[in-house]
Amino acid sequence: MEKIDTIVNQKEANEKLASPQSAAQAKEVTEISGSKAVLEAFIAEGVDTIFGYPGGAIMPIYDALYDYHDQLKHILVRHEQGGIHAGQGYARSSGKVGVVFATSGPGATNLVTGLADAMIDSTPLVCITGQVFAHLLGTDAFQEVDVINITTPITKWNYQITDANEIPSVLAKAFHIAGSGRPGPVLIDITKNAQLQKFNYSGYKKCTFIRSYRPKPIVRKEYVERAAQLINEAKKPLVIFGQGIILGKAENEFKAFIEKGGLPAAWTILGLSALPTDHPQNVGMLGMHGNYGPNVLTNECDVLIAVGMRFDDRVTGRLDKYARQAKVIHLDIDPAEIDKNVKATVPLWGDCKETLPMLTELIEKKQHKEWLDKFNEFTQKEIDIVIKDELNPTTDELTMGEVIKVLNELTKGDAIIVTDVGQHQMVTCRYAKFNETKSNITSGGAGTMGFALPAAIGAKFGAPHRPVVAVIGDGGVQMTIQELGTIMQTGINVKILILNNQFLGMVRQWQQLFHDKRYSFVDIESPDYVMVAKGYRIEGQSISKRDQIKDALSTMLNHPGAYLLEVMVGKENNVFPMVPQGCSVAEIRLS
Amino acid sequence: MKKEFTITVYGENQIGLLNRIAIIFVRRKINIDTMNTSPSEIVGIHRFTILIDETEEVVRKVCRQIEKQVDVLKVYFNTEEDIVWQEMALYKVSTEQIAEKAKVERLLRQFGARVVAITKDFTIFETTGHREETDKLVKVLEPYGLTEFVRSARIAIMKSSRGFHEKLKEFEQRAPGEELIENEFLNQRQGVFSM
Repeated sequence: MEKIDTIVNQKEANEKLASPQSAAQAKEVTEISGSKAVLEAFIAEGVDTIFGYPGGAIMPIYDALYDYHDQLKHILVRHEQGGIHAGQGYARSSGKVGVVFATSGPGATNLVTGLADAMIDSTPLVCITGQVFAHLLGTDAFQEVDVINITTPITKWNYQITDANEIPSVLAKAFHIAGSGRPGPVLIDITKNAQLQKFNYSGYKKCTFIRSYRPKPIVRKEYVERAAQLINEAKKPLVIFGQGIILGKAENEFKAFIEKGGLPAAWTILGLSALPTDHPQNVGMLGMHGNYGPNVLTNECDVLIAVGMRFDDRVTGRLDKYARQAKVIHLDIDPAEIDKNVKATVPLWGDCKETLPMLTELIEKKQHKEWLDKFNEFTQKEIDIVIKDELNPTTDELTMGEVIKVLNELTKGDAIIVTDVGQHQMVTCRYAKFNETKSNITSGGAGTMGFALPAAIGAKFGAPHRPVVAVIGDGGVQMTIQELGTIMQTGINVKILILNNQFLGMVRQWQQLFHDKRYSFVDIESPDYVMVAKGYRIEGQSISKRDQIKDALSTMLNHPGAYLLEVMVGKENNVFPMVPQGCSVAEIRLS
Repeated sequence: MKKEFTITVYGENQIGLLNRIAIIFVRRKINIDTMNTSPSEIVGIHRFTILIDETEEVVRKVCRQIEKQVDVLKVYFNTEEDIVWQEMALYKVSTEQIAEKAKVERLLRQFGARVVAITKDFTIFETTGHREETDKLVKVLEPYGLTEFVRSARIAIMKSSRGFHEKLKEFEQRAPGEELIENEFLNQRQGVFSM
């Protein structure tokens, strides 16, 4: 009995702690509409920007929004997919939950790609979709789509509200779930009657606890100790890190950890910028187009320390030949990631903001100089065979790498760089310099072409004081080019750098290497991008000569508003190194 | 090696949770042999019993994915020896045939069957037991023109379980104390992760 009492008391105490004003607010019951309750929830959650597109089933919310325009900024996008990618960009650059509005039916289905992308890249989003009146559910009503079932596998949580009384508590739950633990997208579908319905509103109470949901697993000390012991005994330790560090806001803790242990650290594409690129222990990128050293030496290290990453197949290559010699320590907040792809010797789950300092305390101060030198040897080889020609080409054709090199010189590594998907993405991630965290925004797990342009818009809203450059290929930009309209209307200062190789380059590269150069439908034509931009009242230019690069990039960066720069690069350049599919990471090819 | 696993899921009684659980199997192209959802010993908490034929490794991963769902409290998986299980079956036969030709009394005794309905046209038998047992009666009744047969999903109780009441108290604590740092996954890597 005593135990139960404690639980009850603890619950009450926590509820009071969670929202000190709620007690006072609870007394004042006012009648408001469901729509207004949605917006009140946003304000209580600190939302400042919404990306959305109106339509029939979400009109009551938009009507309420009319009165909130001084508190909530609404960005009218040109397509719901653009809206959700903008929400993702916002979340990734700001570290906050992105908020997206869409109407029912096609509005909701247009969110699907973005939801899948946010799910696999652990991006916190709360998406609100309008839905037909509750009495019409299941009648094939106009713009009725079963959005809950469509989005179930690609949301962390979703819920349909048919009664306005549920709105405050469900939205509180939505924000809590989206932003805590391993973040992810949440979709709340609200029927039109619930948006219109007046109900007795007694204030908004933030959610801090759901009994069936443990966002943070409990850290077990003995496993921290075992991990520390393995690290201390290691001769050739290798740290591989992912976005978990950024999501856990543990960049400083991570840096302290690798610096004390003298541990070389390699990153996954989403881990990029968690550690400054010029940090002496940053040994480069993992995976299919990653750097030579970290890939080969993954299969030579004796202890592999994975931090906030999920052993994606693009990172591991052939799994049965991946780091078989190494003892694996896996730090992750999501228990389902442990042993999912690579068996962990020591599973150390928990929030890395907590686990990393615990580990740092127990590990010995070391240098591992010889082992780090080995990475440098590989780097030198990669410079000689790949990087030198990519960054300082001797042919007439421009390379993507040399453009990024000049961009680095001009931004000094302080810009947020948003990339789309394909060759330009791999080249940019390989060569871009970053000083600050949350600077690399790209579609990693899903590989969504068309991500960059809208995500860059969102990223700029999320970090208005930082320069934002979207680097996009000629394929991806044509997928969401309509968002130039959003840039035009909002006047947002986004720089658009199109690296045009007149091909769907990555597919072409594969066709060249693995399909006997049978270039099947990769030859893609582009419009005159400068003229398209001009139509949207965005300035721009197109260049194709080496001596123009620096001036053109300076003009772009110094321009007071949005700017589009197209750079014509070599048509048939390939991205190397490359781990061919089905090969082990040690079989990485330099040419 | 594939074998039969019985998965027990405790979850909130939420619309959509059934689908969330089912699609985890569908995504991996795993056929669900039987699935039962029902109330549990605690009001508001539903219990799912799922039977699949898979390797232990796959079952373990699937269970972690299920447990990861926001509305799921706890998942267990067990093989045959850890549980007591039952399935129920109903059999419809022509009353005329069965009364004339079969030794009904023997049927009832030998198979533990019960008669749940008799009309002048048909008779319905019911048995409860393991798959082989309910299957046997199918074989016996087929010669007499078995017109309909249906078997329920498996329901199972874990022999070692002490029910969910105590467990739920742990879940309802916001900051679990030392004694709650229990974790089967870590301790033995046998059970499934919890808390």
